[in-house]
Amino acid sequence: MYQFLYDLIGNEILAGLLVAVVPLTIILVFALFGIWLERKVSAHMQDRLGPMRTGWHGWLQTVADLMKMLQKEDIIATDADKTLYNIAPVLVFTGSFAAYAVIPFSSKLLGSEVEIGLFYVLAISSLVVAGILMAGWSANNKYSLLGAMRAAAQIISYEIPTALIVLSMVMLTGTLSLDKISQMQTSSFWNWNIFGGAIFGLSKFLLIPFMIVGALIIFTSTLAEVNRVPFDIPEAESELVAGYFTEYCGMKWGMFMLAEYGNMFAVSAIIAILFFGGYQSPIGYLGNSIGAQWLVPFEQGFWFIAKGLTLVFVQMWLRWTLPRLRVDQLMTVCWKYLIPFAFINLIIIGIISLI
Amino acid sequence: MKQYLKNTFDGIFTVLVGMKVTFKHLFTPAVTIQYPDVKVKLPDRVRNRLYVNMDDCIGCDQCSRACPVSCIEIETVKSIPGEDLGITSNGKKKALWVTKFNIDIAKCCYCQLCVFPCPTECIYMTDVYEFAEYERSNFLYKFATLTDEEAAQKKINYEKLQAEKAAAAAKPKPETPAQTENKPE
Repeated sequence: MYQFLYDLIGNEILAGLLVAVVPLTIILVFALFGIWLERKVSAHMQDRLGPMRTGWHGWLQTVADLMKMLQKEDIIATDADKTLYNIAPVLVFTGSFAAYAVIPFSSKLLGSEVEIGLFYVLAISSLVVAGILMAGWSANNKYSLLGAMRAAAQIISYEIPTALIVLSMVMLTGTLSLDKISQMQTSSFWNWNIFGGAIFGLSKFLLIPFMIVGALIIFTSTLAEVNRVPFDIPEAESELVAGYFTEYCGMKWGMFMLAEYGNMFAVSAIIAILFFGGYQSPIGYLGNSIGAQWLVPFEQGFWFIAKGLTLVFVQMWLRWTLPRLRVDQLMTVCWKYLIPFAFINLIIIGIISLI
Repeated sequence: MKQYLKNTFDGIFTVLVGMKVTFKHLFTPAVTIQYPDVKVKLPDRVRNRLYVNMDDCIGCDQCSRACPVSCIEIETVKSIPGEDLGITSNGKKKALWVTKFNIDIAKCCYCQLCVFPCPTECIYMTDVYEFAEYERSNFLYKFATLTDEEAAQKKINYEKLQAEKAAAAAKPKPETPAQTENKPE
């Protein structure tokens, strides 16, 4: 993507900026769409209709909310640490935005072709914890601090099962590059990693159950990492007002919201790349069969967005199905169930991949 | 160990059960309605905003007296001979000009007690229930069909008639003062 734009424009800075704008646009549009989808999904699961009066089935509701949010007064509490308070939402948003740098939306649209994409995503998403802790601490509010502490404990705990599953996938595929992992799962859904990857023979069938367990574990743990229900104790409305962003208002609050939805799509994208073939089509490309090669990257983009949105829908579905976990239950799920299972899974996948 | 595996299985299984329930509800039609566009059908004999059909009102003041919260205020002026006020829909002849017929709907308790005494059935409950206002003074509904000038004119007409009557009664007075005094009461 960058190389293509660089060849086209011939200016490093301009090309770099243009490459950066693409994921930003995707996050913003996704946040608008995601919030609307969340409202509609929650409403219909509760036999309601949700927003109906702004545009067709209320699709402009988020735009209207954004307009309202931009007009709001920016209030900073007197006792808040102003510098940290102002940096925190930016840092949180940066963390979720930076993850998009290495996510391949299609074979032609990826920000940076780094070889260690997976490692980079795991590392950069930890920046969110720092931002959240900063937000909670600087606001000088009990609820914010409690929320931030819970968030830090939760995100750091749940990074372990995520990292273990990612490690097992790295062992299987032998690469850290997200683009290469996507390319390996090409041509059919039978080659997706959830069905054992593009290898043939006995080991493929042996891998399938462990791949499903791995997908389940990484889905659960990433769900906890983005602080979504049922793992939303950092922002538990009924206990902590709004958790670490209690004191924020206006567009700063909006940045936390954007970061949350950006993160939701980012983790869904990672799961889609690791287990569901990334941007690869499950049934082959129309562009290849009609001889229009230029169509293929667009199809890939479509499949990637479709897979990501499906996983985001499952996240929302879970949100409106399950009640919130207690703090001790949360830690039990992570340390007593996910991590042992992830370890066993890692070892078994390691042994099978030796066969 | 057995318990541990059972917990794991239960955790996944119960989540799936819950997801099945919510997925079913995703496609059940919504129970809510789009209120200002779609309205619930009101039951029979609902009691909402009062309305007075002034064509039928004979100014008998019975509704005002029946009202437990005194929200109806009526003033009438007698008509003078020769004025035709028309008749009500059930054939009663109107004899009074209704110069004032105010209902303070903010006070109204929707008891419907004013509706039953009305001899011409001109005051009744409608099915209008959306009449919120920004000013409390807007809740004072004025039903009188006469304008203020007309009402004042009717009053003057009536007073003039009374004065004429009084004059007519006073004229013969000085001629036969003794007779009236002698009359046995």
